[in-house]
Amino acid sequence: MDVKSTVSVANRPEPTLTQRVSALHIDLPLFLTLLMGCCLGLWVLYTASGQSESMVARQAIRLGVGLIAMIVIAQIPPRWIRIGAPWGLGIGVILLVIVIGLGHSSLGARRWLSLGVVRFQPSEIVKILVPLTLASFLYARPLPPRLFEIMVCALLIAVPAGLVVIEPDFGSAVLIAVSGATVLFFAGLRWRFIFAVIALLLAAAPVVWFSLQNYQQARVLTFLNPSRAPLGAGYHILQSKIAIGSGGLFGQGWLDGSQARLSFLPEASTDFIFSVYAEETGFLGVAGMLLIYLLILGRGIVIALNNSDTFERLAAASLSVVFFLYVFVNIAMVSGILPVVGVPLPLVSYGGTSLVTLLASFGVLMSIQTHRELLSQ
Amino acid sequence: MSRDGPLKDHAGEREVFFARILVMGGLLALLVLVLLARMAYLQIHQHNFYTARSKADRMQVQPIAPVRGLIYGRQGRVLADNKPAYRLSVVPEEAGNLKQTVNRLSKLLSITPQQKKQFYKRVHQRARFQATNLKLNLSSTEVARFEVNQTRFPGVHIRAGLTRHYPLGKIGAHVIGYVGGITAHDLVKVNRKRYRGSSRIGKAGIEKSHESKLHGYPGRQMVETNAAGRVLHQVHRKAPTPGDDLRLTLDTKLERIAYQALGHKQGAVVALNPKTGGVLAMVSKPSYKPSLFANSISQAQYNKLLNAPYNPLLNRAIQGQYPPGSTIKPVMGIAGLATGKIKAKKKVYAPPYITLPHSNHRFRGWDRSGQGWVDLPQAIQRSADVYFYKLGEKVGINAMHHYATEFGLGHKTGIDLPHESAGLMPSRAWKHATTGKPWYPGETLNTVIGQGQTTATPLQLATMVSRIAMRGGGYKPHLLKAWRSANGTVHNYKPQALRPITQPTANDWHEVIKGMRMVVSAPHGTAFHTIGQHLEYPIAGKTGTAQVADLPRGPAPNENNVPRAKRPHALFIAFAPIKHPKIAVATVIDHGGGGASVAAPVCRKVIDQYLDQRSEHAMKTPKKWTSNQP
Repeated sequence: MDVKSTVSVANRPEPTLTQRVSALHIDLPLFLTLLMGCCLGLWVLYTASGQSESMVARQAIRLGVGLIAMIVIAQIPPRWIRIGAPWGLGIGVILLVIVIGLGHSSLGARRWLSLGVVRFQPSEIVKILVPLTLASFLYARPLPPRLFEIMVCALLIAVPAGLVVIEPDFGSAVLIAVSGATVLFFAGLRWRFIFAVIALLLAAAPVVWFSLQNYQQARVLTFLNPSRAPLGAGYHILQSKIAIGSGGLFGQGWLDGSQARLSFLPEASTDFIFSVYAEETGFLGVAGMLLIYLLILGRGIVIALNNSDTFERLAAASLSVVFFLYVFVNIAMVSGILPVVGVPLPLVSYGGTSLVTLLASFGVLMSIQTHRELLSQ
Repeated sequence: MSRDGPLKDHAGEREVFFARILVMGGLLALLVLVLLARMAYLQIHQHNFYTARSKADRMQVQPIAPVRGLIYGRQGRVLADNKPAYRLSVVPEEAGNLKQTVNRLSKLLSITPQQKKQFYKRVHQRARFQATNLKLNLSSTEVARFEVNQTRFPGVHIRAGLTRHYPLGKIGAHVIGYVGGITAHDLVKVNRKRYRGSSRIGKAGIEKSHESKLHGYPGRQMVETNAAGRVLHQVHRKAPTPGDDLRLTLDTKLERIAYQALGHKQGAVVALNPKTGGVLAMVSKPSYKPSLFANSISQAQYNKLLNAPYNPLLNRAIQGQYPPGSTIKPVMGIAGLATGKIKAKKKVYAPPYITLPHSNHRFRGWDRSGQGWVDLPQAIQRSADVYFYKLGEKVGINAMHHYATEFGLGHKTGIDLPHESAGLMPSRAWKHATTGKPWYPGETLNTVIGQGQTTATPLQLATMVSRIAMRGGGYKPHLLKAWRSANGTVHNYKPQALRPITQPTANDWHEVIKGMRMVVSAPHGTAFHTIGQHLEYPIAGKTGTAQVADLPRGPAPNENNVPRAKRPHALFIAFAPIKHPKIAVATVIDHGGGGASVAAPVCRKVIDQYLDQRSEHAMKTPKKWTSNQP
């Protein structure tokens, strides 16, 4: 480290921008792509919210909070994160219990916890703490994981996911489980286990179906046949498809999407914000947005590949993949490939907790990337 | 960290991790392809389909109601008009505190608790951006008072609309009719498409019978709406086609005179132009205010009308079925002459009564002393019942029925008004069909003087007398004279000639009309004392005093001692001038008493008015409708 810095001082008297930013533990490619995504998000929110400046301003403040959280977390050495994650998950689980006990209910589900001025969803924090904890646990273990490790990991996934199901927020629970499973996958979980779990899930599907809440069953039914009730449960997805489809190749133009403007589209600024974007920017706009998300994902994978530390590798890879899975699930849901599970579009959907936790998880990635040179060698 | 755990194989771990990254990369690439394929399918392949759906969802076609055609009288006076009416409506979304607004408004304008209740009820049923009426038919003072204070009431608006206005009011109510709210029952009978956007439909009178002309055709506008149905802007508009304006044969002045002539009595007057069949006047009393219906009548008001004494809603002129009484005698005279059973000039002895063989029943004349020897004109002049009893015996019910039917009794005239009654002209076949019993000779005697089962509407009597006036000719009675469509084309109604009554000779007509003339203008004529003085025109008439109760026929008892319901109906039919008839009138006054004393003066007033008016304003012919005249 010392050698390297002296060399650079000797060769280049002025530190480059990258170097300056590195000193702040900011990974510039990731930062810039994230910023692109966030700006795009604010831009879409303006039209999706019916040109509500106050909503955009509120979201911009959250974005600022999220970026600060990201940078603060980036300063923390990955080792500390590895040690802290299980504790964090413990606190998260306690918060989940509290939220089930006395949380604020919104739309029939108790997901919110109010801390004076701030309201947030503990399930969002748990979403990044579960993969970090798993990575932290597997760090000290021989890989690929054997039965013991798998059982511990399953428990670490099942407890928070089960609590989230009780809230009830089935969509988030599934994503928590998937994020945990991703860590196991990258840890080298044997294929026979993977296939066994898939077979088990298929077998358990009927059981899960009957344990679902009515509204959740309705969502699945609606997904299978959206025109079943055009003004009922299927209305959302049908209007969303109309919005996306009427966008065409080039879109109807910014602020000119009629479905959202005339409020045919429900939840236009949250879960269904992608439909607004697709209507106004068309297929090309959608492709552009996917590109930004792929760039972020790619940078995350590169960070993961750059590291030899088990925790850092697993954490970086699973956080990046889960981030992209969110993107996929949201877009698939609003375009009618998946049932409506209430997953926001990362960086773009209106909402505080998910944006802040998402940026915080990228803070972890930056920490992993920027502390690498300092610790290795 | 790995002190007490099994050893880690770093190289192997790394290898597995890279492999897994590759697998995951492939998986994610697949997901990206799925998304892109889905988007391409929706946005490119299905683009047209979803664009159409998007348009269909937000574009709405709204009907625009047409303006209803106006109704004019013969001289061009407006009989049914569209007048602007102002209503107070509130948009809850803009009004803020609704209760406070309404309370403040009721300090400014009179708003009944019922109106408030109705208003709140409707507000709850509608979207908050939709205007809800609080008060209808504001007076001009109220409009002015509100407009001064308008700034204090955001979200409260005065809206102008058109309501039907009937300048003749009660006088023309039964003929003109009225419009009312469209019910499900109304929609069964019309083309629903024409009534999209309309709230009113003709319910009675001309407004009902010529509904298809008056209504017009709705236009439409295409508007863009949001999901809640709020109209954002108009995209396309097709103007509605206004209804046709109608011109009636009705003489507004005569209508007024006829109404006034009836005074406070109940009854009807029908005046026809015998040369066309056009109705010059048609009134029925008691009447009602058509504006009550046009401004959406309340149930209480409607019940009050339904239960009002003497049934004001009944149009006696076409629905009142009265025994024609002696007014039928000229027709019976024609029947006798045409069948050759009697000779007009042959004198017949008319005692106070006659009896039929095998019966003790005395068929009495209306006077105790009898009429002595009379010929046909004298029998008509004096209304000699016994002369007609004898005539009836000779002619028989079959021929009587045949001729009475020729003159229009027993079947609808087919006038362009709804709910006309047919009356009844009894016959052997009718008796057999309804009672299964044979026809008795006594019934012939009752029928020949217009009693018994015989009934006729005043319109039928007017048609009957106008056919006498036209010596067997005559036209189907009608009210429509012409109509003008929205593009200005004027169509004239062609009078429909009735099948001529050809059997009677010119002399037969002459003798009967002579008798009718003597009714009015010769001493001993039944109407001579009441209307026979100072006649400027020769009038032919016939009185009728139709018994409704089984009182012994004879001189009318003191009217005041008889309850109203048992008093006879007073009838009079007449036409004038005799040579070239211009007007034929029938008057019936419910339980009015003697036809000569009660009904004949009404008839004379109407005839005088009509003929005077014509001589006075002979030069001033009614304005002709031309295509460009409004």
